[in-house]
Amino acid sequence: MQELINRAKELLADGTVARVLGWREGDMSYNPEVAYFNSAEELDKFVYNGFCAANLSKYMIEASKLEGKTLVFLKPCDTYSFNQLLKEHRVDREKAYIIGVGCCGKLNVEAIKAMGIKGIQSIEIDDACETLTVKTIYGDKTVAYKDAMLERCHVCKGKEHMVYDELMGESRDTVDAERFAEVEKIEAMSPAEKFAFFQAELSKCIRCNACRNVCPACSCRKCVFDSNKFDSAQKANVDSFEEKMFHIIRAFHVAGRCTDCGECSRVCPQGIPLHLFNRKFIKDINKFYGEFKAGEDAETKGPLTNFTFDDVEPCDAVERG
Amino acid sequence: MPMNEEFKPKIVAFCCNWCSYAGADLAGSSRLAYPADVKIIRVPCSCRVNPMFILRAFEKGADGVIICGCHPGDCHYSTGNYYARRRMAMLFSMLEYIGIENGRTRVEWVSAAEGVKFSTTMNEFVSKIQSLGKNVRLGDIRCKN
Repeated sequence: MQELINRAKELLADGTVARVLGWREGDMSYNPEVAYFNSAEELDKFVYNGFCAANLSKYMIEASKLEGKTLVFLKPCDTYSFNQLLKEHRVDREKAYIIGVGCCGKLNVEAIKAMGIKGIQSIEIDDACETLTVKTIYGDKTVAYKDAMLERCHVCKGKEHMVYDELMGESRDTVDAERFAEVEKIEAMSPAEKFAFFQAELSKCIRCNACRNVCPACSCRKCVFDSNKFDSAQKANVDSFEEKMFHIIRAFHVAGRCTDCGECSRVCPQGIPLHLFNRKFIKDINKFYGEFKAGEDAETKGPLTNFTFDDVEPCDAVERG
Repeated sequence: MPMNEEFKPKIVAFCCNWCSYAGADLAGSSRLAYPADVKIIRVPCSCRVNPMFILRAFEKGADGVIICGCHPGDCHYSTGNYYARRRMAMLFSMLEYIGIENGRTRVEWVSAAEGVKFSTTMNEFVSKIQSLGKNVRLGDIRCKN
């Protein structure tokens, strides 16, 4: 972490960048927050640890409008989102100085709480990223790093950065689950079971729009959900379908552009597994239109803005999907 | 519960102006019958059908939605139906994934010369929806039938 701060200070001092986009200490040790740093003094508050899960790519949309370059720290999976935004002309590559930071999987405090650990005061991570020491009001507890990781890190896209100016730190392979296993499990259910499953999950939705606001693919300046002409816009839901409407539409809007960064599921205050929607689209796209990884590069056409003459017919797609 | 013999499904058919709408016209002028439950909405191209139109139709009480367009390769705008095909494949697959019975949605390519195909497709689709029954999963309780 200190080397990141030192490098950021250097770049600020020699005028390469005008500001730094990173994370600073939050009110608890397990919730660092996204922050801009404009001076070397401010950088003393900079942190980078296992809890710095936020994808900073989306913040680069606004940063691209500011004067001068912004130094941004991107983890391997964040660089996919950055590339995708680059493809959509939402960020300016010239305005970004990207330091690709190492990542050994990001942590989820909810996973720790789910283990029955209550009254957390602080969490310490050992240097090797193997164990966590959770200090609680009931005494210290140790948790394996792997068990406290975010869902998305169990199906990590890889430790290679897709776009960067320089690299710092080491990444670790954290894959220990099948990416589409959950989707396949749902696909195998009967229609009534599927409906009941999604009903149960989505009825928790409070329409806080956090998933939309954090999503790097949701970068429209005017969003359909902000329109007062739209039934599902900013209000309480009257029935189960409205909840689904919102999530189907959102998933469809990002289909073919979603990099599966998992931010939606991470920020959902209700713990809805929103990645299940996006991953279903990714699975279908891979199956019908060939393997596609959004954000792998900044040039290839997206699958839904492209076609071939012998694409699968929609009715067959449902049967085969 | 006894089967409701009187169940009259509400079917929304999005027909493209250049092929399927003309196909429906031909079916009519050829005196080929298709159920009156099918309500046709004319769109410039099958590609005009926003996935939200389909969701909205279901929300407002449709029991089935069918999209008809020109045969692939015959689109008036050259490539519109190819894009529609990909979009609808994705949407239908998603609807099936969240537990909407497969069969409530359909895409069919009907040319201006295929009045017979239009009529048989609509007859088939209506009987399929009749067998599936009323759309209870997607309807909005506020929308009166």
